[in-house]
Amino acid sequence: MKYEPVIGLEVHAQLKTNSKIFCGCSTEFGKDPNVNTCPVCLGLPGVLPVLNRKVVEYTIMMGLATHCRIAQESIFARKNYFYPDLPKGYQISQYEEPLCADGWVEIRSNGSSKRIGITRIHMEEDAGKLVHEGAFDASKASFVDLNRACVPLIEIVSEPDLRSAKDASEYMQTLRDILVYLDICDGNMEEGSLRCDANVSVMPRGSDTFGTRAEIKNMNSFRFLQQAIEYEIDRQIDILESGGEVVQETRLFDSDKGVTSSMRGKEEAHDYRYFPEPDLVPLRIDQEWVEELSVKLPELRDARIDRYVTDMGLPEYDAEVLTSDRPVADFFEAVVNKGTKPKSASNWVMGEFIRIVKEKGMDSARITPEQLARIISLVEEATISGSAAKKVFEDVFATGKDPDGVVKEKGLAQVSDEDAIRAEVKKILKNHPDEVAQFRGGREKVLGFFVGQVMKATKGKANPKVVNKILRELLAE
Amino acid sequence: MKLYQETIYSLHDKLKAGEITSRQITESVLERIDAVDEKVRAFITRMDELALQMADDADKRFRKGEFLGFLDGIPVALKDIFLTEGIPTTCGSRILENFVAPYDGTAVSQLKNEGAVFIHKVNMDEFAMGSSAENSGFFPTHNPWDLDRVPGGSSGGSAAAVAAGEAIFALGTDTGGSIRQPASHCGVVGIKPTYGRVSRYGVIAFASSLDQVGPITKDVMDGAILLKAISGRDPADSTSADIPVPDYPSLLTGDVKGMKAGLPAEYFEEGLDPEVEEIVRKAVSDLEKRGMEIVPVSLPSTKYAVATYYIIAPAEASSNLARYDGVRFGVRYPDAKGLTEMYMKTRSQGFGPEVQRRIMLGTFALSAGYYDAYYGKAQRVRTIIRREFDEAFTKADVILSPTAPTPAFPIGEKVDDPLQMYLTDICTIPVNIAGVAAISVPSGLTNSGLPVGLHVISPPFTEDLLLNVAYAYEQERGVFPQCPL
Repeated sequence: MKYEPVIGLEVHAQLKTNSKIFCGCSTEFGKDPNVNTCPVCLGLPGVLPVLNRKVVEYTIMMGLATHCRIAQESIFARKNYFYPDLPKGYQISQYEEPLCADGWVEIRSNGSSKRIGITRIHMEEDAGKLVHEGAFDASKASFVDLNRACVPLIEIVSEPDLRSAKDASEYMQTLRDILVYLDICDGNMEEGSLRCDANVSVMPRGSDTFGTRAEIKNMNSFRFLQQAIEYEIDRQIDILESGGEVVQETRLFDSDKGVTSSMRGKEEAHDYRYFPEPDLVPLRIDQEWVEELSVKLPELRDARIDRYVTDMGLPEYDAEVLTSDRPVADFFEAVVNKGTKPKSASNWVMGEFIRIVKEKGMDSARITPEQLARIISLVEEATISGSAAKKVFEDVFATGKDPDGVVKEKGLAQVSDEDAIRAEVKKILKNHPDEVAQFRGGREKVLGFFVGQVMKATKGKANPKVVNKILRELLAE
Repeated sequence: MKLYQETIYSLHDKLKAGEITSRQITESVLERIDAVDEKVRAFITRMDELALQMADDADKRFRKGEFLGFLDGIPVALKDIFLTEGIPTTCGSRILENFVAPYDGTAVSQLKNEGAVFIHKVNMDEFAMGSSAENSGFFPTHNPWDLDRVPGGSSGGSAAAVAAGEAIFALGTDTGGSIRQPASHCGVVGIKPTYGRVSRYGVIAFASSLDQVGPITKDVMDGAILLKAISGRDPADSTSADIPVPDYPSLLTGDVKGMKAGLPAEYFEEGLDPEVEEIVRKAVSDLEKRGMEIVPVSLPSTKYAVATYYIIAPAEASSNLARYDGVRFGVRYPDAKGLTEMYMKTRSQGFGPEVQRRIMLGTFALSAGYYDAYYGKAQRVRTIIRREFDEAFTKADVILSPTAPTPAFPIGEKVDDPLQMYLTDICTIPVNIAGVAAISVPSGLTNSGLPVGLHVISPPFTEDLLLNVAYAYEQERGVFPQCPL
């Protein structure tokens, strides 16, 4: 390709605090409209904001996890514009002196790792939302719901270090992992708790002058993010190839059509008239607090992947699957801590556990790590068969009952008593002289038939290993 | 002397002695309103029923020997900028004509907790923008000393109400002189406390970094009593200071011997009315008689203060007033075809001309490409002005000046000349810019019988010192005449 894309992302993450950023209202999702409001987040006359300490704490954590410098003093600013979902007519944000700046994260790009610069991370309040009566363009009325107004957000601005749509998606995934591992954002793009805008431009390969950029909005999944950027890169290259010029503008991604289209040009760009928020004093951060938080910072996904591979000897694939969701990874580690071999624990968690979690959700899991460890050791001790173990697992997952109790209750214990199995085998060989002859004639495959017959006769409870051993023994006679 | 003419502490003593009831005081004030308000036009909303109820509640407490504080049972006029639960709050604007606040602001709660009796919500320049109360969206208020003249502003209704006996005391706000200038024009005491001394929660914002709540009273002792009641840290206002509140009334000794008072030449320059100058210089010599040493100080950037103010205040106001958009409360233009039209018509019809002028000034000052030249520069000048005050206060304990360069001017005189109107606040504006404390104390009458105020300025959070100097002056001056109305 003759051209090189240059991409920077502005990512908004909704923080998982119990109360809003500047008032005590709940941030709970899904309430009736305007239930989670008070004079402050309604923007009534005379109200003043009071900063939520937890928001600062979470932002510092994100700053530390992305190697940012934490400003000893930062200030809030007002971003002024009119819209009915913005009650005060301005959004309290940070502008000139953000809380975190000059950081980086590492992403995988073309098989190696690449450092992406973080310009800044700042705190701000979310706006409310409008609900239109009927279709948007024929709507008779719009209703304002301010439950979301004043919910805390952080905006994470990257350097223009990304060079492909894949890079952008990887970077977004990396940020999501960090946010989720820090437990400060639920990372859900579809529900809007993680949002992103992309600045995209293209330049001739090898150039050091960036092209004119377009800002792309409305990409609410990882897939759409990649699709939109790919589309935009192609669009800009086409313009340049045909001798045209890319115009600076804001473009909206239409996920149905898979295209971006112009939303507003440079001339219509808002003049936000930022100025320091006079209702809040400068935010001074105590260095001790930052150190305290940095000590308490949880292990992030990349570090876990390393540890699973290096210390536990797991394949990289396992490590990635296990860590893709922090609660799953935590569960896995707890199983290992109960004495289960990492690979056995990994097989179970990656297999049955994730399968049922995907079906029913993590919240429905009643099983404890100790119980899964017990199920695994029941298999390893040959007390139950692998297929019986799956039944036990499913039951314990849903009920949280004791695995040994479930085995007993359902009569799933294996028979490993050689004499009993020998008697069964003898009976079956006697009843199938033709098949015995076939086996002895060299058709090894018939062994499977005999195993099946024994299992059938023992209602699946015979230990397959023992069955195999005795079959071979007797057939060899 | 009628009850409505008395001070907080004299009424408090009589209430304590059981000589009078709060109902008697309240009725006296209400009757006075009936008698004179037709001429003064101080109030926007009158609350007779609520006032009498609050008075009766106070009397019930008194019969049990309980007093919530000095203010218990005493009628107060609230500038209509203070949010009061269940009572209309208009901020002097048509755009809030129908607005009933759902909560009490902090200062209002503090007055309630002290048992004060709410008489009325009084007139003001719309959104506190003005120096004459003529910018009220409803009607102008008249100066009780001369009904053809303005009471000053923006807290014109508060100062006129106290001067005319339509309240025993009042609460005002001061962004560039809005308490002190009307106090000076109406012959009452007005205090602009240090920025951060009194909570701004529940006060409709004009310019957040300059606004401050303060007392308007008949004398300095009343001012000290009221200031103590409303001062202190408020968790709901991040800019309120966590600095202990002294017991101001008990610190009024009148002893100022050996203290230094600075006279800044810049406040006595051309444009100062000769009669005003004479009265203020007489007041300065009264303080000298009490043993104060008068020293020259210099505040060279005073001449830039008004220009600085008219960048910063409108800039903040342009943002603070964005919420009056007709979406959630207040008046909405009914027939708009779309959102933009609704915004434009609501705001063009709801806001008066001065408010619109300042919103445009402020919007321009913050615009891309102009920010550094205007807002950024104004902030740098602000820092210089603040430093000059710091420097002056190393040489003097307090600074003395006139409160306003002229006495109250005739209604209508400056309405069409905003620049002349802006210059009436030339002595008071630097105090807000620097965030220091100041008081206006009545110090004499011109030959035509108009009051003139002495302006005393003190360093941040030295209201005790400020009040004591004002009190000493008051002692030396003697009883100030009642207004002739």
